[in-house]
Amino acid sequence: MYKKIMVPVDLAHLDQLAKTLRVVADLANFYQAEVCYVGVTASTPGSLARTPEEYQQKLDAFAKQHTTEHGQPVSARVVISHDPAVDLDDVLVQAIEDVGADLVVMGTHLPRHLDALLPAHGGKVATHTQASIFLVRA
Amino acid sequence: MKQDDAPVLTAGQDNKQIMGLDFHNPVFPLSALAILAFILYALIYPDAANGQLGAARGWSIEHFDWLFMIAGNFFVIFCLALVLLPVGRIRLGGAQARPEYSRLSWFAMLFAAGMGIGLMFWSVAEPVAYYTDWYGTPLNAAAGTAEGASAAMGATMFHWGLHPWAIYGVVGLSLAFFAYNRGLPLTLRSAFTPLLGRYTRGWIGHTIDIVAVLATIFGLATSLGFGASQAAGGLAYLFDIPNTLGTQIAIIVLVTVVALFSVWRGIDGGVKLFSNINMVIALVLLLFVVFTGGTLLFVNGLVTTTLDYLGHIVPLSNWIGRDDTTWYHGWTVFYWAWWISWSPFVGMFIARVSRGRTVREFLTAVLLVPTLVTIVWMSAFGGTALRQSAEGVGELANGIGDVSLAMFHMLEQLPMTTLTSSLAIVLVLVFFITSSDSGSLVIDNITAGGKTDAPRSQRVFWATLEGVIAGVLLYGGGSTALSALQAGAVATGLPFTLVLLVMCFSLALGLREEQRNQRLATV
Repeated sequence: MYKKIMVPVDLAHLDQLAKTLRVVADLANFYQAEVCYVGVTASTPGSLARTPEEYQQKLDAFAKQHTTEHGQPVSARVVISHDPAVDLDDVLVQAIEDVGADLVVMGTHLPRHLDALLPAHGGKVATHTQASIFLVRA
Repeated sequence: MKQDDAPVLTAGQDNKQIMGLDFHNPVFPLSALAILAFILYALIYPDAANGQLGAARGWSIEHFDWLFMIAGNFFVIFCLALVLLPVGRIRLGGAQARPEYSRLSWFAMLFAAGMGIGLMFWSVAEPVAYYTDWYGTPLNAAAGTAEGASAAMGATMFHWGLHPWAIYGVVGLSLAFFAYNRGLPLTLRSAFTPLLGRYTRGWIGHTIDIVAVLATIFGLATSLGFGASQAAGGLAYLFDIPNTLGTQIAIIVLVTVVALFSVWRGIDGGVKLFSNINMVIALVLLLFVVFTGGTLLFVNGLVTTTLDYLGHIVPLSNWIGRDDTTWYHGWTVFYWAWWISWSPFVGMFIARVSRGRTVREFLTAVLLVPTLVTIVWMSAFGGTALRQSAEGVGELANGIGDVSLAMFHMLEQLPMTTLTSSLAIVLVLVFFITSSDSGSLVIDNITAGGKTDAPRSQRVFWATLEGVIAGVLLYGGGSTALSALQAGAVATGLPFTLVLLVMCFSLALGLREEQRNQRLATV
């Protein structure tokens, strides 16, 4: 049913992604789908990588490491954002189209009081794309 | 990229994550505390604060005039040398990097952040002030004569042309180079790693960053406070809206709310958008003044303004044996201190949007393009104002009374006054917004240890704080309290002059090394 699964990954918070990655592995196996890990970074040096190229290398390594979990083909794509704190949703929506994903699996947090002001990313992304969205509660 | 820089500084390495925030410790808390202390001081003892901070500013201008003048000239020569030398080919972000913004948007953003509001008021007021001997004349040129008019335009261009932009160019290029080509965080201290190494992580680095935050926020808040009084003055003059504290606070609230909207929407959806709006309105107003003020006179003015500038740049740059000491201390040295105190903000912001440009392209755009635009702007606004003053037309014939009204006095003598003056007020407000939003982003960057993806609530905090400082000071201490804080901001110009000179040295070392590495890579 699904051919390509996109997984937004924040390399800085991998500890919160364990459950999501297990779900991704199961779904990839079940549908024999390719998995594309997408990372969003600014062009300015960040805490994980000093350049977008370095971020790409780290994401490639991450993707390779997770191939073994499901045995399906993987790819990794870094998207550069001018202002990641603000643009993340828009960048992800664009990435879904660019990657050609038909399913997006995203980790999300429990609803919080602040969500009225600072909504989680999953909801907004879901309203702006044709792809199916699977939100995994942390 | 040089790998051994890695252990020296990493974005966010000393950050604390508390309650969903992500800030540098101790830069964020100490900056906030220092801001609070200064504000309480200015509120509780406005006269004493104004006296002491004003004295600090006066002392630095009085005793270090030579340093400001030498440094100002040096920055211009340094930038021009980098444009001409082979290092000009080095690309920010490496050979493969490509610009992230179109030239037009890039230019609109750096111009709106760098010049902003001042040009609106002073492009009219400054030439007339010099021409009518308001507080002395440049090079003691005779007031009210053709020679006086030429010196007035030359001196105004001198203060708004190559020199200020060279200051911004040095800071912007250093920060961009060390961030994009060395992978260091986008904060002031990074520019000192070739000289200070790991010490940039300690108190020297903290101090540089904290002073940059203070200079930026005080500069922005006082500009906002004074600007609100000026805009309220304009509204009172044009529409008889009473110029009360309430009107001024309402303007501050309005500007702050729109700036908050802008920072919330980020660089693309907010800052870039308002910079572009700003440029369009400025262009409309400029074309209006050109056509109604006399197109032929304007074209002629372009030539004479350029010649006035070139003709006076050398004597005005000289600091030895001047017999107009009061004038050049009061204007030139003050301006240099002001631009320098403003430079961490503008430099950081320019750096943030300049990845992918070559050193040559960067400096050409930062130095020459704004200077050319200023020549055009000054020929239209300053030229028209000077003609009105010389020909005895309107209020400007009596010289400068209230600086904030000079532009409206000039527009009053042209057709459709209400429309154009209203447009001018809107432009003033948009200029405030573009300074406030980009300034908040810069302060957020510095206080988040160079991270550009810190939570949005932090930038909202800084943008709100600017408005609150401006409002509280205006409410509690009036213009005396605002002057005190502005004097404090300008007083940071002296230590930052030294910081900038060291920065040039550091940048030269970095660029030389980069060039050597590139040569080795191609062998």
